[in-house]
Amino acid sequence: MSTPDEPQIPQEELDHIPGAEPSSRMDVWWWLVALVVGITALLLFAWPDPFMNIFKFVQDGIVITITVTLVSFLLVLVVGMVGGLGRLSTNRAVHIISTLYVELVRGVPLLVQLIIWYFAVPVMIQSLGKAWAIPALESFQANPVVMAIIGLVFCYGAYMSEIYRAGIQSIPKGQMEAARSLGMTYFQSMRHVVLPQAVRVILPPIGNEFIALLKDSSLVSVVAVADLTRRGREYASIHFDPIEVWMLVALLYLIMTLFSARVVNWIEKKTKFER
Amino acid sequence: MAQPVISIRGVHKYFGRVHALRGLDLDIAGGEVVVIVGPSGSGKSTLLRCINRLETYEKGKIMVDGIPLDNARNINAVRREVGMVFQSFNLFSHLTVLDNLMLAQRVVRKRPPAEARQTALELLDKVGIPDKADAKPAQLSGGQQQRVAIARALAMNPKVMLFDEPTSALDPEMIKEVLEVMLALAAEGMTMAVVSHEMGFTRAAAKRVIFMDEGQIIEEAPPDVLFNSPHHERTRQFLGKILSH
Repeated sequence: MSTPDEPQIPQEELDHIPGAEPSSRMDVWWWLVALVVGITALLLFAWPDPFMNIFKFVQDGIVITITVTLVSFLLVLVVGMVGGLGRLSTNRAVHIISTLYVELVRGVPLLVQLIIWYFAVPVMIQSLGKAWAIPALESFQANPVVMAIIGLVFCYGAYMSEIYRAGIQSIPKGQMEAARSLGMTYFQSMRHVVLPQAVRVILPPIGNEFIALLKDSSLVSVVAVADLTRRGREYASIHFDPIEVWMLVALLYLIMTLFSARVVNWIEKKTKFER
Repeated sequence: MAQPVISIRGVHKYFGRVHALRGLDLDIAGGEVVVIVGPSGSGKSTLLRCINRLETYEKGKIMVDGIPLDNARNINAVRREVGMVFQSFNLFSHLTVLDNLMLAQRVVRKRPPAEARQTALELLDKVGIPDKADAKPAQLSGGQQQRVAIARALAMNPKVMLFDEPTSALDPEMIKEVLEVMLALAAEGMTMAVVSHEMGFTRAAAKRVIFMDEGQIIEEAPPDVLFNSPHHERTRQFLGKILSH
């Protein structure tokens, strides 16, 4: 309802909030990523022996590390949502089961859990197969990658449940009440009203979990998965040059984590401004 | 009297040890505007929230439009027909005004987008803010937010509207714009249950005023009668406090 006499303020100026624009200092951190990539490239091309040899040897491990991390993370997002909703459920049984899951899983080291999934669970399945005379179970052979992903998802799902729970609880109760008062069911209200707002709140901790998961995926090297760490160890044990191998492996992890941190930061900024 | 739209019989509600509603009986007829007044803690908001089952109650029976509030399916059916306006607006803060008005129409009423959009735009026009369709709630004033909240409830074509202190969180100059929308709604014959201490609105629109204290209905009468010659001492004391300024 503007009158014609009113001075027209350009839209950019109206949208401009002092101090809220994305700061250009952000780019400094991209320089850090570039620096680490540069150092790595320098090592690879200036001293191809041993660095390029190491890199060629471990590169399939990089693929495994990235695959395991991405697949696990997508499943963790789902398990965490189910666990978080379970923790908040008014159904006693659901609440108790999800609370037990979260509390027990968080109390056991991830490495121990991975070892259980790979070394103990298949034996349990085989003996059950023997006891019930089910040949399919009796001859059960664990796929290391599958068991490793299950182990990572089971553990990180518990942490993610708590993040979802906190995020959902941070949304004012009135949002759910308004949705319910319009006739939406609990799940419709969650899906359309509460979760979209909660996800924005929990984006930073979700990003942190991704980076932590990427690093913790190195533990799967203990349970027969040929990831970056395991391939590095294999190379080092053949060629006896631990300094070069572990320096390069660390740099490769650093590239992945620093890059992820930048992407997380970018997504955070983007959703913040859309709010 | 024809079948009441809202029928409340012997409702008891406890918050832990607190006996918040103590055996309430109330009928509201179609097209009737009822205003509920009472001191804070008297249970008036709780009563309103029981009507669409945002609060559970331990004893008694509530029927809305002939549907008893006794199972999840019925409760959702009732909520579709009962619009609610909250003190704190409770607009969906991640959605635009237009999407706030369209969401339940799409999800609950299963209306096609074009129809839902049309309804939403007509209602925004009706509550006097047709130019804010693409704004986010945070960009609106309190009065505008509350008018959007009213429009959002109306978009479901409710048979009953519940108002829970709709102007208590508003600055004085914004109260009027919200009350005007409510008065227009009352004039159209909407069945309304309103918890509010807005005397002007009550005198102009209410057919009955209900005075509640300590979880009970103390007395009910048309506004002129209740405000000018209350029967009970407690009503007199309460009105003395809110009418004196």
